[in-house]
Parts: sequence; structure tokens; C-alpha cells
Amino acid sequence: MQSYVHVILAGLSGGMFIWLVASGLTLIFGVLGVLNFAHGSFYMLGAYCSFTVLRHLGAGFWTGLLLGPLAVCAAGFVVERFFLRHVYRIALPYQLLLTFAFVLIFDNLVKIVWGGGALSPPSLSFLGGSVPILGRNFPVYNLFIIAVGPAVALLLWVLLEKTWYGRIVRASSSDREMAASLGVRVPALFTGVFVFGTWLGALGGGLAVPYVGLLTPGMGETIIIEAFIVAVIGGLGSLKGAFVGALVIGVISAFGTRFFPAFDMFLTFILMGGVLLWRPQGLFGATR
Amino acid sequence: MKAETRNACAAAAVLLALCAVPFLVGKFTIYLAIRIMLLGIFAVGYNLLLGQTGLLSFGHGAFYAAGAYGLGFFGLHVSGNPLLGVAAGVAVAVLLAVLVGYLCVRHTEIYFAMLTLAFGMMVFSLIWNAREITGGDDGLIGIMRSPVSFFGLFQIPIGTDRQFYYLVLAFFALSVWAAHRIRQSPFGLALAGIRENARRSEFAGVPVRRYRLAVFALSGAFAGLAGSLETLLESNARPFMAHWTHSAEPVLVSLLGGLSSLAGPLVGSAIFVAMREIIQRFTENWMLGFGIVLLVIIMGFRGGVMGTLSGLFRKPSAREEG
Repeated sequence: MQSYVHVILAGLSGGMFIWLVASGLTLIFGVLGVLNFAHGSFYMLGAYCSFTVLRHLGAGFWTGLLLGPLAVCAAGFVVERFFLRHVYRIALPYQLLLTFAFVLIFDNLVKIVWGGGALSPPSLSFLGGSVPILGRNFPVYNLFIIAVGPAVALLLWVLLEKTWYGRIVRASSSDREMAASLGVRVPALFTGVFVFGTWLGALGGGLAVPYVGLLTPGMGETIIIEAFIVAVIGGLGSLKGAFVGALVIGVISAFGTRFFPAFDMFLTFILMGGVLLWRPQGLFGATR
Repeated sequence: MKAETRNACAAAAVLLALCAVPFLVGKFTIYLAIRIMLLGIFAVGYNLLLGQTGLLSFGHGAFYAAGAYGLGFFGLHVSGNPLLGVAAGVAVAVLLAVLVGYLCVRHTEIYFAMLTLAFGMMVFSLIWNAREITGGDDGLIGIMRSPVSFFGLFQIPIGTDRQFYYLVLAFFALSVWAAHRIRQSPFGLALAGIRENARRSEFAGVPVRRYRLAVFALSGAFAGLAGSLETLLESNARPFMAHWTHSAEPVLVSLLGGLSSLAGPLVGSAIFVAMREIIQRFTENWMLGFGIVLLVIIMGFRGGVMGTLSGLFRKPSAREEG
């Protein structure tokens, strides 16, 4: 029993990282209609930038978490403002490949700046250690992550549903032209949404620094695939679906790692195949 | 049919030139030429899906790997005959493509791209994790290049790269011819119709989903052929053949050369292999260089090399747009 609880807790904390990446991905897709391959790279950049702030500027964890993702937002701004903005109207393969080009560029830049090897981040002084749960120790930091995920979900919900800006974002996402003719500066809004989505992914990366133990240039590619699977399972463009999907994937892969270590990824794919056969539009996707 | 005759003459000239290549250049260039033809087989089949049908798959590395591992297992456990091995590799690739395609073709556009990507990575993680069977990250090693024989009638050695070149060339010519025939056939024209307007094709009586599945399986066969030949070339099969960065190669190559012609992916393959070779010679950061080239193509030259070239000779309005 206690081992099951621990596996579920580990799965939830792993799922929260996927949620942070998938939320930005979903938000950007929902509003801009662009599927951003480079979103995993923003996660990776967030981790590396936070790491640098922690290690080389000697700052604390919170400063790293604040400054690192902000630096990545600048990269997100450049990507949207100078490149993506010009391809909204062209065929889909080109949009996807444009973001794929940024995956290549960012992965390579990380190798140039931080080196190709793995970096091990410093251990945390506070939030470190572990607390006993049902007689076994569980890391405090993972509990913190399990709290952060729903907090971000709440923040997104309030921003989108309860504020004036959220209403404008929703209006532009459902009808671009109408919103524009009512005086919404749609291009600027799109840039803003993209940068915010970038921040969400980078925040996930910054939070992952103490969690993953090792930073590698390939860390963005693993999580973007998981985020895609989450988007398929939850329904593309649905934030609720992304949240539920991320938790389900997190828990399932935790069980996989615990009980079938050779096939941990495989369980996830079986789940995806099953959902596709049963509900092709995803759990919370609109029927098309 | 003037253009037809001209194209046939050009194809014959290129084929003759390719036959002469091993007598003119050194060992390394022969190796590069083989790599170009392998990527060409992969891409020309892939472009039936992307250019002809308008479906963007990010998972064709899986079928490439299926061909590679299919030939590998066949060569290690059943028979070393390369022709039978290639047939086995292609058969495995087609089987896998039908299976994956069945789940994917009910979707289009972004969903299709994401699904193929996810299933491709599933194959990658299976190969990577099933160490006892596939060798995990070491890959499948020790696959021999035994002589080509046909029911014991004759034996042609393919041990050296120069000899192997001609086997690859034969398959390459066959693939390009097959892709050409498919593009010109009623089936190929129906695929173009699906690309332009799927709903209208449906109303015209074209079984859209079944045709999409058929072309998906066909492009999987080309990928499997290329994969099994690469296994013979390198004498090993590696899990990274199924990785999504490898699945992106035929996409890049097709765009680089131009989606709308048969020659586009072939020209793109030559440019891609040559460019990677040159960039790698100067810097180890070839991904950065390639990313920048890709950005330039997408922002400025969406017709690819062939589209841009033919645009130069035609009126500006003839230039195609995405």
C-alpha cells in the first residue's frame, strides 16, 4: 500500500513538469494555432538559465527561478516577433519546420554555451530533505512541485476566465478578424501570449533544476514528446485536458518505471493508442 | 509529349553519369554517393506522402528502422542473402506502416503530424529498451554483406563499397521509376486531389482514408528499403534510425529540394548530404548551421531549390506557394 502511494506521489510530481510544458504548448496552440516544437527547448533553456543564475551569480533558488525564465522569454519574443509572425498564413508543414529549425538552433547553442556534457546542479538548502509519509521518506521538493502545478493551473484559469485580458485572448482565439476589427491589436496580443507560453515552459525548466539531478542538452526533446502525447490524450487546445492528461501520463509512467522498467515509455504509448481508438478527439477535445 | 521525352533523356543521362561515378572518384566520394542515394530513396517515397497527398509525417524514421532491423534479424538468424534480406526488411516496414497508418490516417494536419511523431518515438523507445533482442543503444551489429545470388543461378559479390554502389544504384533507379509511375497513375492523381480538397475527393467517390493508408504504407516501403540498404552499408542497425530527428530528414530534404516535383527530394538529398559533410568539416556545430539554412528556406525560398530554379525561368506568378 505505502509503495503504491509513493509511486503515485512520484508520478504526480513528474506529471507537473509535463503539465507546465504542455500548458504553454496548449495555450500557444489554442490562441495562435501553431504547434511549437521548440517548446521543449524553452524548457531546456529555462533549466540552463536558472542553473547559471544559481551557480555563477551565486543567487538563491527563488532568484534563479525568477531570472532564468525571464531570460528565456526574450528568446520567445525573438522567435515570435521576427519569424513565426510571418508564417501564420502559410501551409502547416512550414510552420512546424520553422519551430523545428529553432529546436536544432537552441539545442546546438546550449551545447556551445554550456558544453555537451551533463551538468549537475547544486543541492538545495531549504526545501531539501524529506518528510515521512506512511512510514517512508518523500522529498519535500517533490511535494512543493505537486503544489506548484495546481497553482499555475489556477493562475491560468483566473487570467483567462476572470480578467479583461483573458477575455480579449479568448475572443481573439475564437475569431481573429472580428477581434481585430473591434480594435484588438491582435499581432501584439499574439506576441504576448507566445511569450507567456514560453515563460510557462521555461518555469518548468527552472523548477526542474533541483529535481532532475542532471542537465543535458537533450532534456527538452524528451519532455516535448511527452507534452505532445498529453495534448493528444487531453484534446489539442484544451487546458483542462492538458492538466488531466499530464497527471495521468505522470502516474502511468511512474508505475511503468517501478514495475516494468524496460517498457516504461511503452505503457504511455499504449494509453495513447487506446484513447485514440476510443475518443479520437481526445478526452476533453471538442468534436470536430 | 515533348517535355516527357526531355525528362526521359535527362533521367537516362543522369543514370549513365551515376554508372560512371565509381570509375571517376575516390572511395570516400563513392560512400557519400551511396548515402545520397539512400536518403534519396527515403525522401522520394516520403514525398509521395507529403508533396503528393499533403500529409506531414514525423515518424518515418520508425519504418526506416523497421527495414534496418528486419534485414538485420533476417541476416543474423535466417539467411545472409541480401535480396531476401531487403525483401524481409521492406515487408516488416510495410507491416508496421499499415499498423501505425491505420491509427493515424483518420486524422490530418497537426494531429497526424503529432501522432506519427509519437508512434515513431514509441518504436524508438521499444528498440532502445529491449536490449536482449535489439542490442539497445549498441544497435544490431555484425551484419555481413554476402554476395547477391538469385536461387543459386549467379553470384555477384558486393563486399567492397564500389561493388555495393551498383546494388544501391539499381534499387535507387527502381525506386525513382516506381515513384514516377505512382505519381502519374490514376492513384497518384487521386492523391493530389485529396491534397487539394479531401472533402470534394470524397464526394467524387475516392475512398480518402483507404488511399491515405495505401500511400502511407507505400512510403513506409521506400523508407524500409532505404533502411535495410543502410544496414548493409554500415553493417549495423542503430536505434537512432527511428528517432524523430532522423524522421525529420526526409521532410527537410523534400523542402530543401522542393515538394512539387519528383526531382525535388533527390536534389535535396544531394544538397543535404554534401552540406552536412562540408559543415562538419569546418565545425562540429552542424545542427546550428542546418537550422539557420532551414530558417532561410522557410522565410524566403519556400519552393525549395527546384521551385526557385523553375521560378527563375518562368513568370513570377508561376511560383508555387506552400
